[in-house]
Amino acid sequence: MQELGSFLEVLISGLLAGVLYSLVALGFVLIFKASGVFNFAQGAMVLLAGLALVRSLDFLAHHGFPGWLAIVLGFVFAGLVMALCAFFVQRYVLGPLINQNALTMFMATIGATFVIEGVAQFAFGSEVYPLRLFPTDAWIAGEGLFPGGILINKLDVWGGVIAGLLVIALAMFFQYTKTGRALRAVADDHAAAQSVGIPIDWIWFVVWLVAGLVALVAAAIWGTKLGVQFSITFLALKALPVLIIGGFTSVPGAIIGGLIVGAGEKLAEVYLGPFIGGGIEYWFAYVLALAVLMVRPQGLYGEKIIERI
Amino acid sequence: MLYRETGQFKTSYANDMVIFPIRQDRIGVYLLLGFAFIVLPLMMAFHVAPFRTDYFLLAILLPFLILSLAAIGVNILVGYCGQISLGSGAFMAIGAYMAYKFGTGISEIGLPPMPIVIAILLGGLSAAFFGVLFGLPSLRIKGLYLAVATLAAQFFFDWVFLRVKWFTNYAPSGSVSAPELKFFGYLIATPVEKYMVALSFLTLFALVAKNLVRGNIGRQWMAIRDMDIAAELMGIRPLVAKLSAFAVSSFIIGIAGALWAFLRLGTWEPLAFDINRSLELLFMVIIGGLGSILGSFLGAAFILMLPIFLTVLPAELGVPITTETVSHLQNVIFGAMICFILIKEPLGFARLWQIGKEKLRMWPFPY
Repeated sequence: MQELGSFLEVLISGLLAGVLYSLVALGFVLIFKASGVFNFAQGAMVLLAGLALVRSLDFLAHHGFPGWLAIVLGFVFAGLVMALCAFFVQRYVLGPLINQNALTMFMATIGATFVIEGVAQFAFGSEVYPLRLFPTDAWIAGEGLFPGGILINKLDVWGGVIAGLLVIALAMFFQYTKTGRALRAVADDHAAAQSVGIPIDWIWFVVWLVAGLVALVAAAIWGTKLGVQFSITFLALKALPVLIIGGFTSVPGAIIGGLIVGAGEKLAEVYLGPFIGGGIEYWFAYVLALAVLMVRPQGLYGEKIIERI
Repeated sequence: MLYRETGQFKTSYANDMVIFPIRQDRIGVYLLLGFAFIVLPLMMAFHVAPFRTDYFLLAILLPFLILSLAAIGVNILVGYCGQISLGSGAFMAIGAYMAYKFGTGISEIGLPPMPIVIAILLGGLSAAFFGVLFGLPSLRIKGLYLAVATLAAQFFFDWVFLRVKWFTNYAPSGSVSAPELKFFGYLIATPVEKYMVALSFLTLFALVAKNLVRGNIGRQWMAIRDMDIAAELMGIRPLVAKLSAFAVSSFIIGIAGALWAFLRLGTWEPLAFDINRSLELLFMVIIGGLGSILGSFLGAAFILMLPIFLTVLPAELGVPITTETVSHLQNVIFGAMICFILIKEPLGFARLWQIGKEKLRMWPFPY
């Protein structure tokens, strides 16, 4: 029973951590689906959103705004910053690069990463800023079933709930709004969408904005967990294997991929780590992704790649 | 007026096959080689203008030579064969650490310390072996999926060289120092000698790479790059073409890694070959020009010089800003320059060079 209890504890904490990876991966998927751009800057966007949020919260709290108003205003401010970021990226980086090959676009987003990181730290500072939005204490469940119970972090549960709500909201947005339908049309075929009068520039801006807002949510949760700091950009690298496993083009895939990576990583660290040396969390997700690619080259839920000559 | 091929006739097949078919190009290359092999070392020996101190040589010229070599390796894979790789840093690390192991001897199998040239070549071969291994997924996946898959190599080897003590000869600090650099019985110690070694390796492998890419195998790579299914239908074996590109590319990158560790760093840690190194190499290749050996040189020079320039410039102008601000601004300007160049000339500096040559042929008449 003890064994099972600790297994479940590791599994649950892994799954919940995985949800947070999915949040970052979600931003990638949205942009890739709509514009075919593989956006390396997602991690930098999380940093920018987090810094804008935490610094404006500090500023507002300092000037005596009540807590709930400060939080609302802070989110509004951070949202505006993300909108600005989306506008500049779309207008000055990707707009002029329409119809270039995928590699060039990818490298351009790496260039944008440098700019966003530099500007974010230049404008908002480059220290570690603590963020307190959600409870971070632990919670013991199932004491009757297992000796000692299972330790669950409340923050991780919050993260899971928010990610779930976010996915539902995105699904509704894509399914039921006019812009959402236009987004799906653009994702399907740029030229055809343009020819029926969908303004592609506007759609791409919206997509970057939505990705920016997803980054803001991710930043709020990750920031509470680790503090808002530069190392948050490395999340982007954690999210890449999630993408591969789920498929570049699938929103549910990003969620499932995140769960697989989160759980796999934690379980591997606990059960395999002692045999081959610690720290395998660092690369385990990538090797897992490689294994999935060997079986399904388009990921678990990606669209099947059809090739013509 | 000067740059015109009128009146240069090709009278034999050998003439038709030369690397530089235009006489002016040949003369230019010989002049450049003469300058690099004779004039520069003499200037260094007598400490003429830019070589008053070793800074220019050690911080700019030597890294340029070695990174150009690495960029040529990356260009073979990404530019000629079209397989995007983000794991180049890992292959540099394999070259460096395996060359170190062969250079200091592997006691477990009773292997004595190897001569340094052989150790470097063996380091390259080890990198080629792992390059083929991590190139296997390219047979199933392509494009950006492959790029992410190659990141697996990067993170895996970062971890291996950090955690597996065998590679560092159980050094407690985790960092290793290059063995004594004896080339054919001649001890390499001064910066000028290091420069000559790096230059010799670069010249040799640039020549090899140039000849490979314009030969049979190079054409197979390019066919795979342009459209792999069509190439397969034409009778090119994707397995052979892709894996040979991975092998040759990793071999050259591995050699560059060994040189980087032995000549440039001397003492190094796995951090010297992290993901930023991979991205840097990819930038060099894309900014320089995909599918161009010349582009590898231009890209390496640009990516290497830009940060140095951005550091030196504010200091020279006397702008009073803190080092932290400088590093943020550097990031911003570096990123903006990359985007700017990608937008203005997506085909890289090599394309600008080509346009310039076309213009020169016409000059001074516009027709």
